[in-house]
Amino acid sequence: MNLINFRFELDADGIALLTWDMAGRSMNVITPQVIDELEQVIDHVGAEAAITGCVITSGKQTFSGGADLSMLGAAAADYQTARQEKGEEEAARLFFESARRLSLVYRKLETCGKPFAAAINGVCLGGAFELALACHYRVVADDDKARVGLPEIKVGLFPGAGGTQRVARLMHTGDALQMLFKGEQIRPKAAKTMNLVHDVAPLGEIVGKAKAWIAAGGKGVAPWDENTFKLPSGKVFSPAGMMVWPAANAIYRRETHDNYPAAKAILHAVYEGLQLPMDLALRVEARWFAKILRSPEAAAMIRTLFVSMGELNKGARRPAHVSPAAIKRVGILGAGFMGAGIAYVTAGAGMEGVLIDRDQASADKGKAFCDQLISSQVLKGRAKGADKEALLGRIKTSADYNDLAGAELVIEAVFEDRTVKAEATRKARAAIGPDAIFASNTSTLPIGSLAEADSAPENFIGVHFFSPVEKMLLVEVILGAKTGDRALATALDYVRAIKKTPIVVNDARGFFANRCVGNYIREGHLMLLEGAPPAMIENIAKMAGMPVGPLALNDEVGLDLALKILEATKQDLGGAAIDLNQERLLKGLVVEHGRLGRKNGKGFYDYPSQGAKSLWPGLAALQPTKCDPDAIDIAEFKHRFLVVQALEAARAIEEGVVTDPREADVGSIIGFGFAPFTGGVLSYIDGMGAANFVVLCDRLRQTYGERFSPPQILIDMAKAHETFYGRFLDEARRVA
Amino acid sequence: MAEAFIYDHVRTPRGRGKSDGALHEVSSLGLATTVLRAIKDRGDLDTALVDDVILGCVDPVGEAGGDIARAAALTADYGDHVPGVQINRFCASGLDAVNFAAAQVMAGQHELTIGGGVESMSRVGLGASGGAWPVDPAIAIKSYFMPQGVSADLIATKYGFSRDDVDAYAVLSQQRAAAAWSKGYFTQSLAPVRDVNGVTLLDRDEHMRPSTDMQSLAALKPAFAMMGEQGGFDAVAIDAHPDIERVVHVHHAGNSSGIVDGAGAVLVGSAEAGRSIEKKPRAKIRAFANIGSEPAMMLTGPVDVTKKVLARAGMNIGDIDLFEVNEAFASVVLRYLQAFDLDVEKLNVNGGAIAMGHPLGATGAMLLGTALDELERSGKTTALITLCIGAGMGTATIIERV
Repeated sequence: MNLINFRFELDADGIALLTWDMAGRSMNVITPQVIDELEQVIDHVGAEAAITGCVITSGKQTFSGGADLSMLGAAAADYQTARQEKGEEEAARLFFESARRLSLVYRKLETCGKPFAAAINGVCLGGAFELALACHYRVVADDDKARVGLPEIKVGLFPGAGGTQRVARLMHTGDALQMLFKGEQIRPKAAKTMNLVHDVAPLGEIVGKAKAWIAAGGKGVAPWDENTFKLPSGKVFSPAGMMVWPAANAIYRRETHDNYPAAKAILHAVYEGLQLPMDLALRVEARWFAKILRSPEAAAMIRTLFVSMGELNKGARRPAHVSPAAIKRVGILGAGFMGAGIAYVTAGAGMEGVLIDRDQASADKGKAFCDQLISSQVLKGRAKGADKEALLGRIKTSADYNDLAGAELVIEAVFEDRTVKAEATRKARAAIGPDAIFASNTSTLPIGSLAEADSAPENFIGVHFFSPVEKMLLVEVILGAKTGDRALATALDYVRAIKKTPIVVNDARGFFANRCVGNYIREGHLMLLEGAPPAMIENIAKMAGMPVGPLALNDEVGLDLALKILEATKQDLGGAAIDLNQERLLKGLVVEHGRLGRKNGKGFYDYPSQGAKSLWPGLAALQPTKCDPDAIDIAEFKHRFLVVQALEAARAIEEGVVTDPREADVGSIIGFGFAPFTGGVLSYIDGMGAANFVVLCDRLRQTYGERFSPPQILIDMAKAHETFYGRFLDEARRVA
Repeated sequence: MAEAFIYDHVRTPRGRGKSDGALHEVSSLGLATTVLRAIKDRGDLDTALVDDVILGCVDPVGEAGGDIARAAALTADYGDHVPGVQINRFCASGLDAVNFAAAQVMAGQHELTIGGGVESMSRVGLGASGGAWPVDPAIAIKSYFMPQGVSADLIATKYGFSRDDVDAYAVLSQQRAAAAWSKGYFTQSLAPVRDVNGVTLLDRDEHMRPSTDMQSLAALKPAFAMMGEQGGFDAVAIDAHPDIERVVHVHHAGNSSGIVDGAGAVLVGSAEAGRSIEKKPRAKIRAFANIGSEPAMMLTGPVDVTKKVLARAGMNIGDIDLFEVNEAFASVVLRYLQAFDLDVEKLNVNGGAIAMGHPLGATGAMLLGTALDELERSGKTTALITLCIGAGMGTATIIERV
């Protein structure tokens, strides 16, 4: 055998130990070469009479994160070439054959006649866990960081190397489907309870355990290859099956609105596979896998949620010449909901947080909120008592700005008012000195104008968190005209430390995310005024892929805030800059009816003290006209919701507010939940093609108005057959 | 095209579809045999002339499987030469069997045929035959599959029928059925089910609760609320009809069709066949139609198919004297009344499946017979019989006395 990625050792008892340990990588990853070597080992173990069996483990701290997703991109490109050279059907056949290569190798391992045991020393996910599932025995290290799981669904794929079939033969169908749908990383003990692994043992003992299992006569036959095997839930067409499948199909729709072909493929693969013997079941699984690998949803989700997000998290936009900031102490001004949340994530990342408010009691209230958050984590078993003490110990509260001294970074989250912010800026700068970085968490005020209050504007930057801070993964980092590279680098280092994803945007009204969100909410308002049933607006928005309907979202933000922003825009830019009907609607709600949103229990919805919210029946009276719901074109509404946001993103690119398509896409998904299956706001346009998108916009513009007018950049791109990624990504990479 | 006439019809009483129901000890074959034998015996029918027996059965498995129509023709002593075929279009199977029988006659290929149906829900069980529709993701997702009760609740929500509305209709059905029974309207077409010794097992519909009132119904909890919420079906309903904020669950056992056992049969033939068997035709089958309807609401097919069959017959809704709309769920009937702005006094005047039960494969044949008897009793001419059907379909037949 010629092994580069593995070490193969045979002990005196004839038990082989295969250690996966790829050179030059911190983690093992499945590559074509790894698959080839694995097959050599299987052939060797199967053929050599002197070898009793084989234990597979990893030489890294983790076992493996699974397949190299860029390998999948290459396969898709091969398909396109084959399609042109050999025709559609032959290309599809070849693609299917290559897509099932890993599955066939795993099946060979499972049926070669010799027992294989997986000694899982750490994180073991995706294709790597499918390798473990193909082994006849699995033991996982009893380690805090060890996890097993099949997270493929999170990037629009599904486990296509036997995962769906083996999981569905190890546990009840309902549990299997839930595991495959969720794609969660599972702790060792839970994995054992779920029947995913045979045993949990201390890290130092797992290889010994695995060898002992082989030595004790462990059989190289999977349970499903035994004649006596019975499916855990019995046959698909059985009373038990009837309890599972109709609900599984319904829950798929409830969770996805039928927008995620990979999730549907899981249902197909399991439903069809459970009615077939294993080899055929694997073949059917592979047919679905080949189909999903070629799906636009998978391509879009892999690019945005795996590749781009990884690049942004690693600091794609960070000025490389600035040395890493060692941030130990962070000042937070304003201990309200946002400020407290920022203190919480700061302390959670091991930094010291100095939480300042106008008096000690207000500052303490912010810390009490942090206490609540961490206590609930402890209650849920996600943190330990000691973690809580340590975290709260890192948060100092004070009313004295002088306590900021020594902070490398101060984040201001005070009231959204220029005067208040300017005063906070001056007082903080006096305490921290000219070299520390001052960041404003403003959501509406231009950074350049706020920086005027700072004596060191090159060290002034915007760091815009989303609410609730502890949950939302996105941070918009906003560059003022005078913001310097060190401020940017520090902000990005800080965002990385708190394990959030940054996007870097230039200074403009609403920055990036809120512009898109504002358009989304406005479209909901306008549909209401057109006479659409309010429920229909909300439901179709969710069917389009949005997590929350525009009316419910507006309630969260506050109707008064929406009105205030609208009036501010009107004052700054004139009446033509806003929609007067929208203004009338909001005024009616806020001024006449006192409906401010969730905060006062009255918005587009009513919020009873108990039970679920429901749409306010009074909305009907605010509609000048009503339309027949059955005459509403659902596809058109979906388009409006997504197009109106994507258009705003395109304008933001045109204006130079956003310069990197990766940031627009990642930001749109993790910031405001833009239909993830599209890959984000710009991938949505790229996926449709600029020309088609412009045609769609023109049609919508004629019916619904100028807000759908495509910007020049899109018209140019349509003419030149360009994509955002083609046109801007290389440039963005070059600048970075 | 030849005309198809109705010469006779019978049905068994409907037994409560549980192990304590009076017909639970009778096999599906026994039920089917009872109605075929009754058709034969009471009219002194020369079965040598029968060309085919078509029986609807929705769960044709186990004792009801393997072409129960042929088996029943033999056990009813129709003779070796009488073939049989079993068909399934879910809840309309019994009416479709009559329509298929009529179609054979109209096409001139058969002279004398029997259409009917049988279902022993207590013995075989609802859903026993399985099927891809709720289970296979390929069709379940595409067709917005949900249990029929959730679809019925969706119809009530969408078209604005409150819990009081559906309960009030259920009370009416019970009152009408009780009145019809007390006046003996059903007796002439009833074939009592007897044991091997000729002892009567059941001669009256067993499912009825004549004392039902609004108060007693109000005590029942909505039957499909938990299923809708936990099984994800409410969300499916909303995806299909996003104008609805939430599904209001109003149906329960008291305003839905009863689960029962029973069989029915209708003797259909050409004018020539009537002369051969020396019988006067009682009515002719003027038109029939089938349609697929929106599958999520599933049970609004009667509205669509009524429009279709009226158009085929060149008739207007006002030309119909009497309507039989299967009471699968109260909202199905209320929607039908609403869609055509019909007077409830023309519809299901002797009660329906809410009171007397819905033996799936048999009901269509039973309803057609009930309509014919009522036309004759009241001296009216034209009736339209229709049923809603799983997966979103409708079947309708227009009959006209001659």
